[in-house]
Amino acid sequence: MSFKRTILDLRKRKKEAQQGGGEKAIEKQVAMGKKTARERIKAILDENSFHEYDLFVEHTGRDFDMEKKVLHGDGVIIGTGTMYNQPVAIYAQDFTVAGGSLGLMHARKITKIMDHALKMRVPLIGINDSGGARIQEGVNSLAGYGEIFYRNTNASGVIPQISVILGPCAGGAVYSPALTDFVFVVENISKMFITGPGVIKTVLGEEISMEELGGAMVHSEITGNAHFFAKSEDECFEQIKKLITFIPWNNEQKALKFPIQEPLLKKNIDEIVPVDPHNPYDVRDIIKAVTDGSDFFEIMENFARNIVIGFGRIQGNTIGFVANQPMYLAGVLDCDSSDKAARFIRYCDAFNIPIVTLEDMPGYLPGVDQEHAGVIRHGAKLLYAYSEATVPKVTVIIRKAYGGGYIAMNSRHLGADFVFAWPTAEIAVMGPEGAANIVFKKEIDEAENPAEMRKQKIQEYKDKFANPFVAASKGYIDEVIEPSETRARLIHSLEISASKVDPRPERKHGIPPF
Amino acid sequence: MEENNSKYQVFVVNSVRYLTLTTTKFDKRKKWQKADPKEIRSIIPGSVIEIFVSPGQELKEGEVLLTLDAMKMYTKVEMPFDGVIKSINVIKGDRIPKDTVMITIE
Repeated sequence: MSFKRTILDLRKRKKEAQQGGGEKAIEKQVAMGKKTARERIKAILDENSFHEYDLFVEHTGRDFDMEKKVLHGDGVIIGTGTMYNQPVAIYAQDFTVAGGSLGLMHARKITKIMDHALKMRVPLIGINDSGGARIQEGVNSLAGYGEIFYRNTNASGVIPQISVILGPCAGGAVYSPALTDFVFVVENISKMFITGPGVIKTVLGEEISMEELGGAMVHSEITGNAHFFAKSEDECFEQIKKLITFIPWNNEQKALKFPIQEPLLKKNIDEIVPVDPHNPYDVRDIIKAVTDGSDFFEIMENFARNIVIGFGRIQGNTIGFVANQPMYLAGVLDCDSSDKAARFIRYCDAFNIPIVTLEDMPGYLPGVDQEHAGVIRHGAKLLYAYSEATVPKVTVIIRKAYGGGYIAMNSRHLGADFVFAWPTAEIAVMGPEGAANIVFKKEIDEAENPAEMRKQKIQEYKDKFANPFVAASKGYIDEVIEPSETRARLIHSLEISASKVDPRPERKHGIPPF
Repeated sequence: MEENNSKYQVFVVNSVRYLTLTTTKFDKRKKWQKADPKEIRSIIPGSVIEIFVSPGQELKEGEVLLTLDAMKMYTKVEMPFDGVIKSINVIKGDRIPKDTVMITIE
């Protein structure tokens, strides 16, 4: 064979393998409103940057006539490329090849690219579109899943891991995304569940559609399994490209510094918050009033809306924001919001991203459902995450900071480096109404006009404690600031904390209340 | 032995029947029900401090139905879509738990 012929032969083989499941299967994929695995990789990475490996890998199934079947690439594409000229590793399951089912070699390809990503300390993006385990390969496919989970865990907190759910992701397969840092879902395309609607109906008699059980909105609004919700694959890819600008490439680096921009203020920061503490506002407006270019990239926007988390930049550096949201459920802490914020705090801490906390929170949500759902152990996650974090931690108390919630929201006592309060801040063991009822119970009960006395005592308590000055007198707050000074104080305190060292006792690892 | 077995229940997992005990939490679980969008339920416990609408009234999406004082915050409850008020099940001053059907619409 001449040299030229070998090259032509190679090209032919490549072309054939790149067809995946063939024209018909691709047509089906497109008819479902989905892009092909190859198109997806192309859409995420820089133009012409993708290099594929293991294109010629073949499956090893020898039972149930599998040996007669050719599955190109064994249903998954792996490779490396760049985003913003920085290297990333990526894999995409190809639903057109045997429904993207996971057999031994399919899993081996994924674990190979995972090992690369971890060794090279570059982010890993996984696109999931698979019918699940390849039943014909039996325990080999289970082995494959396990080997992926093990690597997800080892890479956790070392390199960013991003999961994109662009098709079914059911049974054991769901646990790889669950172990990664950020999960992206798309309306009508993503489906995630452990057991499908059919099984649920047979076993428990509960009737539910696939979309209602494990559709994209369910996971972004109810379960909290997904971090980003998009209406189309293209929107989803834009979200991935934006997220990646905020995070460092590995845990030994810092996020890329961007040019400094002033916030684009629509109104004065002190006009955002109503003076009457009973009235709600959107805390994201305060975040936008302090971030560069008023850019705030929210994470888990639809889940536990009573707390807001996400990234913004201050002086060009990525900051993780955690803020109570008075607009939803009065901004209370509960099981879901504690869980949501705690995991984000641990992300920021692992990847050297300073945390700014904005506090306006009336306490923990009362109720039997909360207590029985385990608000004690879920709430403890938040305390653990803040106390454990050694990145710079700055808190600004906007209005209410009551009781256990005051402690939990990155108080001085949990190791905050700087705590600022607006003059509207109320730092107390509980709200004036509740406190007056307890402290002045006797006076109120014995008064000629208890209602009048109660009102008077509430006012008395308010005057004395519903302000930032008692806490400031103990040094629990470093400075009471005017709202318009907030950005300047954040800039300064984050600059001062840039080389922060905060050693912790030697240990294998802590035991957070998972 | 026979008597001992009677406390076990039949449980089907992946098409296989098992005899097993159940947990208290499992027995108490609520069966999933599709939410009825025509029922306006409280998403947080609180007191009704103002009702702005009455039965039979025709309303547009986004119009305020009532204000709930919950966790020291006045939360405005809005019409989820255009419709007519069918019934109002709460009165001003009511203290209601979470998940109470406050208003039904049609």
